[in-house]
Amino acid sequence: MRTLYLALKYLAVLLWSAFVIFPFLWMISTSFKTANAVTGGAKWLPWLQFEPSLSGWQSLFGGVGGINILKPYANSAIVTLSGSAIALVLGTLAAYGLSRFTFKAGPLKNGDITFFFISQRIMPPIVLAIPFFLMLRFLGLLDTLPGLILIYVAMLMPIAVWVMVDFFNSVPRGLDEMAWMDGCTPVTTFLRVILPNALPGLVVAAMFCLIFGWNDFFFAFTMTFTEVQLLPVSIVALNSSVTPWWSLSAAAIVSVAPLAVLAFVVERFLSRGGLAGAVR
Amino acid sequence: MYRQKYIFLLPGLLVLVAIILFPLLFTIRVSFSSWDVYNPGLNWIGGENYARLWEDARYWEALTRLSVLTVGTVLLQYTLGFALALLVWRDIIARRFFRVLFLVPMMTTPVVMSVIWRTIFHESLGPLNPILDAIGIGAQPWLSQAGHAFAAVMIVEVWQWTPFMFLLLLAGLLSLPNEPFLAARIDGAGPIRTFLSVTFPMMGAISVGAILIRLIEASKLMETVYVLTSGGPGTSTETTSYYIYIRGMRDFQIGYSASLSLTYLIVMSVALTLIAKALIRLMVKDRT
Repeated sequence: MRTLYLALKYLAVLLWSAFVIFPFLWMISTSFKTANAVTGGAKWLPWLQFEPSLSGWQSLFGGVGGINILKPYANSAIVTLSGSAIALVLGTLAAYGLSRFTFKAGPLKNGDITFFFISQRIMPPIVLAIPFFLMLRFLGLLDTLPGLILIYVAMLMPIAVWVMVDFFNSVPRGLDEMAWMDGCTPVTTFLRVILPNALPGLVVAAMFCLIFGWNDFFFAFTMTFTEVQLLPVSIVALNSSVTPWWSLSAAAIVSVAPLAVLAFVVERFLSRGGLAGAVR
Repeated sequence: MYRQKYIFLLPGLLVLVAIILFPLLFTIRVSFSSWDVYNPGLNWIGGENYARLWEDARYWEALTRLSVLTVGTVLLQYTLGFALALLVWRDIIARRFFRVLFLVPMMTTPVVMSVIWRTIFHESLGPLNPILDAIGIGAQPWLSQAGHAFAAVMIVEVWQWTPFMFLLLLAGLLSLPNEPFLAARIDGAGPIRTFLSVTFPMMGAISVGAILIRLIEASKLMETVYVLTSGGPGTSTETTSYYIYIRGMRDFQIGYSASLSLTYLIVMSVALTLIAKALIRLMVKDRT
């Protein structure tokens, strides 16, 4: 009975692992193929089933039938990092304010303001696409990096506020009060006392901002045409009826690799129990 | 008490209001105009767009399809995610390895992985059909038939987002106190009994949270469809977002698509609020 239970348990875990790994193995294998190896039906093993070639990887730097991936890569990094950084600064400040002081604007109180921030995540991107498009066109920021950064700030700030409000609520108020008694103003209290203690929350918030920023396709796709191309857009552009699968796979690997590493960070937080509070 | 408190709140609030609230109000105004590629500009045509929308069968079909797809995938993700979280919760070898592995898909870019999935589903060159052939199921016309394409979208969504359910539920499991489990063991409860009357009730609140977050995110579904099937074959996998995208960003019927997207926003908000209320009543025993 117990053996059967264990056998089923490991079988289930292994089956799901296989399902998770399947696309990754396929894309790694495909990235070393050539046209011949792709058109002859599905093959997995280099040397045994097909002669491996580096042409897919070379095409990332402007080879035949590929894309030059450096520019989109840099664009994606710039937009994601600066969007996340600005969203994190604004979001952390707002979250601290909402967690420590009472605000009132007519019938609206702290809870309503917090809900306004977080509720932006409910908004389907398509609803915002047209007004964003017209707004950026009006500002002359369509198809530019600053325009995209602006959009990403709006998209990522709700995440930062959501994580940080919860986090600050769990930091004891005594810490603030002590600093006030020592003559600190709220601003210096925040900078000298609270911020250094807020690192775990900031890490989680930053991580979520990076994931959602780097993985966004929709806004990168609708708000740019030719001048500025982000990584996901340039990869999807390869996706046509005569897709060069090898270039596609190589590009996909470099695109998802940096964030896949974050899985380790998340797991560390999980094991230490630090995530339960942060994700509610 | 302190003037300075506004230094914290206002920058973020003003930025968000400027970037989101004003454009949204503008959209409401645009939805009462016939702004399109031939006549750009804000004229006033009353509720004509909304009358047209009421008659637009393709829109309502897409909305129905989206609802089925959303509820279906989220239920699958919840069941699988919960099962996986229970599997790697305690006594299993290489626990941390499996935890990391199970989290990886949610870190990957959905569109990029969808492009890869599209090659996997390829009927003659992809790796999936040979495997199905070998285990006796036979090759399937994955992306060229309506039902299959629908299933393909669901498979990709489950692959991508079950890890998110897994993450939240595992975090919940790890934060549970130990005493109820000891009590259950002393009372001689078996694993199934323990799950039904101890684990599951204690996971009620976090389950509702996880399901709601996923329902919200899944109801925006469009990128996977765009890459995998382009809404096809025909319009058989078209979701609401994708249909609005076609009307607005491709046909450039700005006025009409504004009315479509506002209706979509309202329908989604109402539906999600009702679901949230029902779930909380159903699954959260004591609301503290």
